[in-house]
Amino acid sequence: MAYVAFADRDHELEHRDPTTFITKYIWSQDHKVIGVQYGITAIIVGLVALVLSGIMRLQLGFPDTFAFITPTNYYQFITMHGMIMVVFLLTALFLGGFGNYLIPLMVGARDMVFPFMNMLSYWLYLVSVIVLLTSFFVPGGPTGAGWTLYPPQAILPGTPGTDWGILLMLGSLAIFIVAFTMGGLNYVTTILQARTRGMTLMRLPLSIWGIFMATILGLLAFPALFVSAVMMTLDKTLGTSFFMPAIISMGEQLDYSGGSPILFQHLFWFFGHPEVYIVALPAFGLVSDILSTNARKAIFGYRMMVWAILAIGGLSFIVWAHHMYVSGMNPYFGFFFATTTLLIAVPTAIKVYNWILTLWQGNIRLNVPMLFAIGFIFTFLHGGLTGIFLGNVVVDLPLSDTYFVVAHFHMVMGVSPILVVFGSIYHWYPKITGRMLNETLGKWHFWCTFLGTYAIYLPMHYLGFLGVPRRYFAMGNTEFMPESAFVLNQSITISALFVGVVQLIFLYNLISSMRNGKKAGSNPWQATTLEWQTPDTPPKHGNWGHDLPEVHRWAYDYSVPGYPDDFIPQNVPENQMLTEHDDVTNDSDSGAIS
Amino acid sequence: MIFTLVFLAVIMATVITWLLRQSLHTQPWDANDPIENRPNRGVIMAEPVKVALLSFIAVVTSLFALFLSAYLMRMQMVDWSPLAEPKLLWLNTGLLVLASIAFQLTRGAVTKGQLLIMKTGLITGGVCTTLFLFGQLVAWQQLNAGGYFISDNPANAFFYVLTALHGIHLLGGMWVWGKITVRVLTSSVDTQSARLSIELCSVYWHYLLLVWIGLFALLLST
Repeated sequence: MAYVAFADRDHELEHRDPTTFITKYIWSQDHKVIGVQYGITAIIVGLVALVLSGIMRLQLGFPDTFAFITPTNYYQFITMHGMIMVVFLLTALFLGGFGNYLIPLMVGARDMVFPFMNMLSYWLYLVSVIVLLTSFFVPGGPTGAGWTLYPPQAILPGTPGTDWGILLMLGSLAIFIVAFTMGGLNYVTTILQARTRGMTLMRLPLSIWGIFMATILGLLAFPALFVSAVMMTLDKTLGTSFFMPAIISMGEQLDYSGGSPILFQHLFWFFGHPEVYIVALPAFGLVSDILSTNARKAIFGYRMMVWAILAIGGLSFIVWAHHMYVSGMNPYFGFFFATTTLLIAVPTAIKVYNWILTLWQGNIRLNVPMLFAIGFIFTFLHGGLTGIFLGNVVVDLPLSDTYFVVAHFHMVMGVSPILVVFGSIYHWYPKITGRMLNETLGKWHFWCTFLGTYAIYLPMHYLGFLGVPRRYFAMGNTEFMPESAFVLNQSITISALFVGVVQLIFLYNLISSMRNGKKAGSNPWQATTLEWQTPDTPPKHGNWGHDLPEVHRWAYDYSVPGYPDDFIPQNVPENQMLTEHDDVTNDSDSGAIS
Repeated sequence: MIFTLVFLAVIMATVITWLLRQSLHTQPWDANDPIENRPNRGVIMAEPVKVALLSFIAVVTSLFALFLSAYLMRMQMVDWSPLAEPKLLWLNTGLLVLASIAFQLTRGAVTKGQLLIMKTGLITGGVCTTLFLFGQLVAWQQLNAGGYFISDNPANAFFYVLTALHGIHLLGGMWVWGKITVRVLTSSVDTQSARLSIELCSVYWHYLLLVWIGLFALLLST
């Protein structure tokens, strides 16, 4: 039987158009609606986490001032802030939000290959968010074990939320992982099997490459979190001793014996480190497309960019124990993990160089998405370089429990991906809604956020060198800290609150532009990728009208010499271009030079 | 974690090698490369749902590999006392092998269009699997009656968790089996329309049989 590629079997892809409000916007199987649902949910739960961080900063900047922040609350907020931001905001927004919206559009498909499973994925994600937030309202409140949930303290009395909070947290994570697996299988299969004619793997935009590799990492790494969640739940509820050692708690010998907390750490970080790249790789991809579009130049070193993504993905599985240097390990292991950690800097640096070289001699349009993308290069470089410090065992040991680490991972994994999220929303909002976001408000948003976050995290490095410990509710006896450290802490808090409030500009812009924004047209940025070539904006159900697009070139034909426009969309065939522009002869490989 | 690492190394090596092969000799910026030269290059010649099943199998393998890593690490602690596996497990293993064979026969019958063998095979497969699951519950019962409680020893705990996890995955398969069986028995479907589902079922069952044999071997040897 001759095999017919999925994309060629057009009739199978004729989805029944939804007619009622409910099938269109609530129980929708359209990837675009699901992507937006994912995005809105993630942003809402992210706002909760943002408020939590503001409260934490109030305590740190002005201790003994706010009576409503107790040590218990503080630890609960720190835990929820971390977990929400990493898993429920960033992972969900990049893969569930942008992944869902962009994959079918960018590869030229009508929808995901399993729309029903895609819908289930979103609703399970919503359930996991609700379960997580429920823990604020149960007796004892949410867990305060820290986002790493290390046993034994995570499930022993003395830690906040050991009655219900920790169980809800573990349950919520398990549900999230099931939801992610459903979505992830969809993303992988769609990218592999539902690409339109002519869309070879090497013609995919880098956004798709980033999302693709991140999904593979997620599919293989999330089971580690699932395993540890299941085993810790059993330790808590049925009294098994997977992780729990023989222990005396509050003067009482508990029934646990022989378990290994280190085992949990291995499992947790076996998920935890790839998780960094699950968030970073889609950001790398999206930012590459924004940079290339607004520099009006082909991305520098496309193949190298793809290989770097592959290399980072592969390496990210063998670096996890660098999170455990302080737990103690065989020095040879420490050496091994330090080496692999530093090795991962090579493909990452290749990407940074390529972004900068893409800008070089580009015809740069400094619009809002571009500002965020360039801002990302700064913050990511900054956070990446401090990562090289911390990857070395001898440097990590003294710094590990200080604010230096807080500064490092917020720079590399907090601020950088969030800047890409903002940039991407400004970039793709016109496609999603048909209207542009307000440019002036966007610039205010960018500069306040960018400079504000630097005002937060740059001083934290200094605090770390001074030895200011992280995780503490109050500093206690702190003679070793100079007065300036406390002043800095206040300044950090004020900046943090400022940045938090500034996000209201963004929210206002999002909502008001839906009605009042300038009409965008189908391709406001004059971009080449397929999602900008849809017949309707916003794209209708089925995306492409009657015929699927055919792809004739890669995604980066910007400023090709000899052509009147400075961009050639992916679906423009060669002969059509030649008839339109007769003066061009045999200029076929000019795209390589630009 | 060596176990998981080896497994992951294999998976990542496969994925990355395949992707590199797609990318090494292409020059995507070269516009002089008409569409006819590359019809669907890089598409795996299989139904999407097969690709999805294979990906899912990779995920499940990752899950079990991690559990086994945890098992092997936890085993080295002093309080580990090996579990006496109930003899019943041998019978259960036999049942699962039978189920797998039945699905393989069904798959063969579909290709040849033998409707009766197909129906019989489907039902046999389902019944054997149900018996297997039931047998696993009985084995739990026996262990419990013998005083091997889940919280007493990590070996016990791992036994319960691993068998439960394996059982849940079989239950998921049984859901698909139920749908296809109802369809085959109630309506007069031809064999071809059921082909894909049956093929997927047989692959999944073989896989879960392999997982079970691996688990069982590990349990017996430790």
